[in-house]
Amino acid sequence: MSNIREAFKNGKAFIPFITCGDPDLETTGKVVRAAVQNGADLIELGIPFSDPTAEGPVIQGANIRALAGGVTTNKIFDFVRELRRDIKIPLVFMTYANVVFSYGMEKFISTCSEIGIDGIILPDLPFEEKDEFQPICDKYDVDLISLIAPTSEHRIAMIAKEAKGFIYVVSSLGVTGVRSEITTDIGAIINLIRENTDIPCAVGFGISNPQQAQKMAALSDGAIVGSAIIKIIEKNAENAAEAVGKYVGEMKAAIMSV
Amino acid sequence: MSNKNGRFGIHGGQYIPETLMNAIIELENAYNFYKNDPEFNRELIGLFNEYAGRPSRLYYAEKLTKTLGGAKIYLKREDLNHTGSHKINNVLGQALLAKKMGKTRLIAETGAGQHGVATATAAALMNMECVVFMGEEDTKRQALNVYRMELLGAKVIPVTSGTATLKDAVSEAMREWTSRIEDTHYCLGSVMGPHPFPTIVRDFQAVISRETKAQMLEKEGRLPDAIIACVGGGSNAMGSFYHFIDDNEVRLIGCEAAGRGIDTFETAATVNTGRVGIFHGMKSYFCQDEFGQIAPVYSISAGLDYPGVGPEHAYLHDIGRAEYVPVTDDEAVNAFEFLSRTEGIIPAIESAHAVAHAMKIAPKMDKDKIIVITVSGRGDKDCAAIARYRGVDIYE
Repeated sequence: MSNIREAFKNGKAFIPFITCGDPDLETTGKVVRAAVQNGADLIELGIPFSDPTAEGPVIQGANIRALAGGVTTNKIFDFVRELRRDIKIPLVFMTYANVVFSYGMEKFISTCSEIGIDGIILPDLPFEEKDEFQPICDKYDVDLISLIAPTSEHRIAMIAKEAKGFIYVVSSLGVTGVRSEITTDIGAIINLIRENTDIPCAVGFGISNPQQAQKMAALSDGAIVGSAIIKIIEKNAENAAEAVGKYVGEMKAAIMSV
Repeated sequence: MSNKNGRFGIHGGQYIPETLMNAIIELENAYNFYKNDPEFNRELIGLFNEYAGRPSRLYYAEKLTKTLGGAKIYLKREDLNHTGSHKINNVLGQALLAKKMGKTRLIAETGAGQHGVATATAAALMNMECVVFMGEEDTKRQALNVYRMELLGAKVIPVTSGTATLKDAVSEAMREWTSRIEDTHYCLGSVMGPHPFPTIVRDFQAVISRETKAQMLEKEGRLPDAIIACVGGGSNAMGSFYHFIDDNEVRLIGCEAAGRGIDTFETAATVNTGRVGIFHGMKSYFCQDEFGQIAPVYSISAGLDYPGVGPEHAYLHDIGRAEYVPVTDDEAVNAFEFLSRTEGIIPAIESAHAVAHAMKIAPKMDKDKIIVITVSGRGDKDCAAIARYRGVDIYE
């Protein structure tokens, strides 16, 4: 059992997504610390991938910038080791199956465990393919996070029953990115999940402003925000920490008022 | 060849976002039903024969044979199909399937433009909306095909992400599919992607080897000694190999695009230079760096310019049933010109990779040996690019 539940202990969780190495790891370190100081409960650290098929243009851009800056899986492992000296909240990696597979699944997951990564999100690894990764994740106490989508329907029970850590509820069809409106009946999906498991559910995809975060957090256990934060980092580059910290503070305040 | 979960040995599988899983399962169920449905098959054969012009000829290339001075060479003329390539076989099958499933919109990726043109054609024929994703780089290399697709009523979206070539067009089509599933079928163009696509596309392309086998038995009374086809994702090769897989005496040879050579970074020879990975929904061989980042591949051929290969090819390689050989840009361009001059047949630059390999092995084989080269497409689309390769400044 990983540390992830801690993130949901003090009310609704706010979960920022940050691509490691965008534009460089020094900035990522400052941004992560600013997010933690302003109330982030869990952080998704993106390991960039050359061809992120589940991402919209904003996060694609972060992946390209990070890889162009020379970041690698090994550099990110060292970065997390360093981060763990003072950052105590749960941390999960978000990347693509090939980044883990190509590194060597056992070598990758055991390193995650050693450096203090609590879970891993692989958006191109559906329920049907998880058996290849799950036993290794179990062995090293790294939660393999399950995703549930608006199209999951009758698959929800099956996925929820075996889910670990928290469930990532995908709010909308399509790829990551800011949306003006989320039309999926999140409440109905959460209810179906609740019938099958009591692990926390956090909603992501398309959330950018405090109103949306508040609404999604009210229906679930937390809100995940990626593209909106990446946009702030893109705009402010090396000086992004302060602006991200301020944004996280506002979002956290909004969901705490639920 | 595939088991229940769409595995070919360790390869294949369904590595896709949860959002697409129900769509993929729905597709698999529909395909499993219709592939055995007499009405579906009657309609498909009707389209193959009356619309696409099948069966395609198995032509004895006498002059080519004599010029090379070795094995007897036949050409399986997929270039004579409607729209000018083998791509129409798969597209007619998938479009008909999509129509039966109640879909009204087809999306597709395209590299050279052949699959995009075929998809736009089927969409026009079957009254479906069509959107084709094409790498911006390829829209420039194949401007005429962009115009063809638009003429046929399709919308062509230039893809600017990544390397702006075929792999990025696939990624973008996948992204589009996750955002619009209800009315849309993703008409994948090769034996790749998540299960059931590698199986569906192979089955629709298997018409090539079904015909080749019957035609060869009729003409020669025996099976050929070797089948040679080019491999990008690998659909024409898989279709050309399929009905010969159990005939162990028939060598199956896939020709990969080596670009400027497999010892350079400017190559797309996946089996020869890649290693096992997970990308675009499948486990297979991919060109990638030590951390699993997909490599920016290169070939003169926009249709072979892909960093992966279909999972069944990866499996045929693993078990040693098929061989995968690299062919460089230079060799392919020479073969393009050579076939044009010896037989009066201008092959697609993709197919020219297969011709190039035949030019290497045929002279060393006895005269009583038989080779079949699949000419997967015609080369009209490539003339301007080859002229430029030779330093002649022609633009379409």
